[in-house]
Amino acid sequence: MKTTINAVLLITGLFIFSVSAAEMKTLRLGTEGAYAPFNSVNKEGELVGFDIEIGKALCTEMKVKCEWVTSDWDGLIPALLAKKFDAIVASMSITEERKQKIAFTSKYYTTPGRFVRMKGDAVEASKESLKGKVIGVQGGTISENFVRGEFGEVVDIKVYGTQDEANLDFMAGRVDVIFADSVVLVDFLKSKSGQQAELFGPSFTEAKYFGEGIGIGLRKNDQALLEAFNQAIDAIRANGTYQKINAKYFDFDLFGE
Amino acid sequence: MFDLQGYGPSLLAGASMTIAVGLSAMVMACILGLVGAWAKLSASYTARATAAVYTTVIRGTPELILLLLLYYGVPTLVQDLASLAGYEIILNFNPFLAGAVTLGLIYGAFATEVFRGAFEAIPRGQTEAAQALGMSRFRVAVHITLPQAMRIALPGLGNVWMILIKATALVSIIQLDEVMRKAKIAAGATHQPFTFYLLASFIFLGITLISSLVQRQLEKKAHRGVGQA
Amino acid sequence: MNFTTMLEYLPQMLDGAWLSLQITGLSLFLGFLLAIPVSLMRLSHLAALRLPAQLYMFYFRGTPLLVQLFLIYYGSGQFRHELEQIGLWAFFRDAWFCAVFALTLNACAYTAEIFRGAILAVPKSDIQAGKAFGMSGLLLFRRIIFPKALRIALPSYGNEVIFLLQASSLVSIITLMDLTGVASRLVAKTFAVYEIYILTAAIYIAITYMLVVIFKLFERILNKHLRTDS
Repeated sequence: MKTTINAVLLITGLFIFSVSAAEMKTLRLGTEGAYAPFNSVNKEGELVGFDIEIGKALCTEMKVKCEWVTSDWDGLIPALLAKKFDAIVASMSITEERKQKIAFTSKYYTTPGRFVRMKGDAVEASKESLKGKVIGVQGGTISENFVRGEFGEVVDIKVYGTQDEANLDFMAGRVDVIFADSVVLVDFLKSKSGQQAELFGPSFTEAKYFGEGIGIGLRKNDQALLEAFNQAIDAIRANGTYQKINAKYFDFDLFGE
Repeated sequence: MFDLQGYGPSLLAGASMTIAVGLSAMVMACILGLVGAWAKLSASYTARATAAVYTTVIRGTPELILLLLLYYGVPTLVQDLASLAGYEIILNFNPFLAGAVTLGLIYGAFATEVFRGAFEAIPRGQTEAAQALGMSRFRVAVHITLPQAMRIALPGLGNVWMILIKATALVSIIQLDEVMRKAKIAAGATHQPFTFYLLASFIFLGITLISSLVQRQLEKKAHRGVGQA
Repeated sequence: MNFTTMLEYLPQMLDGAWLSLQITGLSLFLGFLLAIPVSLMRLSHLAALRLPAQLYMFYFRGTPLLVQLFLIYYGSGQFRHELEQIGLWAFFRDAWFCAVFALTLNACAYTAEIFRGAILAVPKSDIQAGKAFGMSGLLLFRRIIFPKALRIALPSYGNEVIFLLQASSLVSIITLMDLTGVASRLVAKTFAVYEIYILTAAIYIAITYMLVVIFKLFERILNKHLRTDS
């Protein structure tokens, strides 16, 4: 008897987890919050950016209440699978690798990847010129895959948890060039400390690395939610909400062809 | 250099979150520590073995790995196992709960050792004397052993708190809005990492300094009535 | 759950574990050497020696290692030009150097505190006996105080070693591919969250308890002459 009580007490002590039943009144959207201008946290601690406004517009369109949950980039897919939230709205590219684990809606924008170097640095976007250089990328992104796949054998790749940290280390001179989404880089170049840097090389869009654009990530068995999101994306494209949000952040069409 | 560009209030809000998650974790660590110490000193082999596995695993694994495992790994594992059995379970802990539970679990292992030492330091004769007077095991615990164990455990618990409060910085990795995450956000946005990380370190220094003063007062109070050798 | 595919990643993870051990070992070694003068400064009667040591130990023991790492790694970037001018940037540019630097400073502060306690715990009679033999100053410290203090410090120092090994997992956050770094890259690639982290935890536990055994042996050797059992 005493043994049983001891054991039960120990086990309840060890596993005080909150177990909640599978009820879904509000939709929980997961994002990163370190990827301006798409999703970032402002001084007041609020989430802001293109992804956030698109997410909100989609929720309005689907007539559901939404709340945001932040997670670090590497944790987004694990957290979705762990049901910490129901959808990833974090500028995640639709790639074959990810499709093995999660489902994606149709794209809600596409942007190419670009290189950034310090002004005055003559490095070019070729294997010969990049040889021996240190390239900074955010880990677990299409940018990392692209740089590894195309330049992996000649460059030294440094992997960061967030794009912000890669930018900081680029400013500090620990990495020679960074490779990332062009829009994110343009936003960085506009900041005070980004003035000394510039874009170089072509815009990269190879489907092999860059997939089919940016979509919303969902668990594979949430088929109904997938359809609801796809309809909502079409609806905000059709009723002008998308264009309004687009114009607020960018002076070009983000959706692509 | 110390132009905070409007991020000062945000860091202060982070500080109160740090203290909140630290205190919650400490309460849990103390409860787990008491249960753990009881198990370690128990006559039951199962209880002793469970407690031994608990302290061994926790003390052998870095906090960062435990945090990632508990926040991302355990819910997925439980769901996978449940779906095999045909159930659907959602284990949903938010960063605050996950942070407090993880830190509580980790430092519960340390508190276990502290309490075990404290209980062992109480002369057996006292328990025997109380039982001879006809007190029940429960009353012995409440009136004789626990109050004394608390006093003996106080310095050890103080150390656990000092390590724990610093470990809360790790919870920034699972995006709890505590000091460290606020500093990261500010450093990323302003490109002034030194300024904000230095400020964050001063906030922690302030918390540890105040904690050590409080600890000294508590120990003084707990030792009233005890002869100073 | 698929632990068999994990074996495929084991070599990579062991490479990471090797880096963890390297960084931990080097920081411990440097921290140990530095801790001797720092603990003596801390015990000095001269305020000019005592106060800097006190301040340093207070700061590094009172703030999280994570903050110290970020401050040294990302923070140094803010002073790139100044550091370049005095020729130190080459060091700070390197993540490995920053990691060892931060871990050394941290380990040294804790080790110095352990030494301080141990030196104070050396019995007065031992010191008096040494003095009676005509020893003083450095000789007294080298022959009497230091060996005795080392023996007193050993159990706490063992804890510090294990603490630092586990703390070294934080260097993964400043881009180093230590055991934790490799593990989180693998998780990002395979999404096999618990399999990989459980394996990682198992490797850390194995290393930790190897260290525990080594320290127990070491302690027995050092205290051989004190054993009363036959």
